[in-house]
Amino acid sequence: MLSTNEYEVLRWRLLGIFLSFSIVPLFILGIFLYSQFSFAYKEKVLEGMRTLVENRKSAIDLFFEERVSQLTTLAYTIEYSQLKDEKYLMRLFSNMQMRSKSYIDIGVIDSDGNHVAYVGPYPDLKTVNYKHEEWFLSTISSGLHISDVFRGFRWVPHVVIAVTVREPDKTWILRATINLDIIESIVRSAQIGRTGDAYLVNRENILQTPSRFSGNILEQPSGPDFSRATVTRLDELPCGTRTCFFASSLIRSTHWVLVIMESPDEQLSPLLRARDGGGVLFVLAITMITLGAYYTTRTIVNRLEQVSREKAVSEEIASQSNKMAALGKMAAGIAHEINNPLAVIGEKAGWVKDLLQRENLNDNPHLKECDESMNKIEYHVDRARKVTHRLLGFARRMEPVREQVDINKLVKETMAFLENEAHFREIAFVTNFDPKLPLVVSDSSQLQQVVLNIINNAVDAVDHEGEVNITTRFEQATSMVCIDIADTGPGISQGNLDKIFDPFFTTKEPGKGTGLGLSISYQIIETLGGKLFATSKEGEGATFTIHLPLNCA
Amino acid sequence: MDRVIKVLVVDDELDFLETIVKRLAERKLSAHGANNGKEALDYLQDNEVDVVILDVKMPGMDGLEVLKRIKFHWPLVEVIMLTGHASVESGIQGMQIGAFDYVMKPARLEDLLQKVRQAMERKVIQENKIQRAKKQV
Repeated sequence: MLSTNEYEVLRWRLLGIFLSFSIVPLFILGIFLYSQFSFAYKEKVLEGMRTLVENRKSAIDLFFEERVSQLTTLAYTIEYSQLKDEKYLMRLFSNMQMRSKSYIDIGVIDSDGNHVAYVGPYPDLKTVNYKHEEWFLSTISSGLHISDVFRGFRWVPHVVIAVTVREPDKTWILRATINLDIIESIVRSAQIGRTGDAYLVNRENILQTPSRFSGNILEQPSGPDFSRATVTRLDELPCGTRTCFFASSLIRSTHWVLVIMESPDEQLSPLLRARDGGGVLFVLAITMITLGAYYTTRTIVNRLEQVSREKAVSEEIASQSNKMAALGKMAAGIAHEINNPLAVIGEKAGWVKDLLQRENLNDNPHLKECDESMNKIEYHVDRARKVTHRLLGFARRMEPVREQVDINKLVKETMAFLENEAHFREIAFVTNFDPKLPLVVSDSSQLQQVVLNIINNAVDAVDHEGEVNITTRFEQATSMVCIDIADTGPGISQGNLDKIFDPFFTTKEPGKGTGLGLSISYQIIETLGGKLFATSKEGEGATFTIHLPLNCA
Repeated sequence: MDRVIKVLVVDDELDFLETIVKRLAERKLSAHGANNGKEALDYLQDNEVDVVILDVKMPGMDGLEVLKRIKFHWPLVEVIMLTGHASVESGIQGMQIGAFDYVMKPARLEDLLQKVRQAMERKVIQENKIQRAKKQV
């Protein structure tokens, strides 16, 4: 039998085991699935970015290659003398622009850096000398030059492609300015969603196209430095407070680097949605498991508690009856051992009396005294005989039997056990027996145990000075023999009245009572086919009533 | 009926046995004592007895066994069981085998005497019945 506290511990331990064995695997499964899914999904996103960056890179490369080949073709097929003519150049330029507005202007520059001819929106440039410009020097030395974006003399960001034509008598340069809008639109088309970004940087990490979030053209981007990139790379790098995906690739013709940035928040939002949905499901599952585990645990432990309570009661009954049987045997043994000497004493005394009567001893002055003494001996032998016979009666009743029981006699005998104790405490037993009470067929020893227990409780309840009223009666309506045992004690509160037959309920001090007496009594009376109940009002004592059927069956 | 009642008392307690024999003799009964079952059966073999007062619990052959043999060999002899311990049951059992009655030890001599006289009455009635039956035959 465990204490209430230990049941509480058991309850929590069981719950803990249930929960850990169901939630932990669920948790592991959830994390595994999520990580697999998120890995696969991220791979897919990154793969998409790789495709995109390479695609855009090729587009830009292609664009520049086309422009270069177009200009080279022009420079090497048309005579310098023709190109010098601005009207011709104008016609040529408008032909070039017919299909696409790839250029802003075009000009022919001689080896001294002076504009020989110019067509475009910046006629002021005609007076400019490029001799010391970087692109000019590079073009002269390498024959072909694609510049980074720069402001130049026009103070507007632009890119130039310049081709050097070397003829035996002279060297001249065909120079065209590329329409940045076209490059920007190619790059911008790689800006995905609301938070995606795409831009070009040159080898000095200067923005060649405006970035959405990292800065304006010709500024240093605020994001990571990709200017040294060579092959296509995929990176996961911090940007601001988050981690972003970056794809970068080198554009061969210009030595620029195309950078595409994507925010995982946006790219992975289906994944995040799945995670949130999964989280909700997980919480739901845990709630259900917890409820289930709690309910199961409670049911199991309550049942266990109930069973062990019942077991405790039946064990107590068994041990009680074992004890009583042992006590009975001992009582019988003692009674027997005493009865034989008593019989001898009685017979000897009787014989002395016989002798005293036979002999004529009337003149002996001690005759009267002797006779009186013999009578006293006989009287006390008789008294001792009553005691031993009562003991024998008690012993006999310890064996479970079905027999005819005179309830009045049984109650009277039981009272006799407690009379001394009651007398000490000035408690009076008031009896009101129905003389016409029918006999019942029942187990007298068990009945006696119950009656003894209840009268004992009554005496304890009164404690000192009071009455215990014992009534026997026959209830015609139900054909039941009733025993009412009422005391003048403090009574039982309404709350306790419901619990007094519960096992281990006691109001006595710890160690004084097991709290089993009444529950055992209750069970005994139930098995005998009767009923045991109590009524009480606080302050007015308590009444226990036993109902017994005429035949316990 | 003034016939002297012949009583055999069987008890292992010698003090008790002696005294009760003397006291029964004092009351004009022909009383004899036997210390155990075997002695009692031997005595019955050689002497006529009306009533046997038989202790249930004895060393050696116990009271119920003695009772069975008495009832087997001398069915007309009445037996009163004397029980000294928790053996009211054995007293009752004895009555089922054929004892006339049982008395709990220690018994008052008056009670015992009364039982003895009743037993004797029954014995006489039985004997008369048998005689009448014999006559008819």
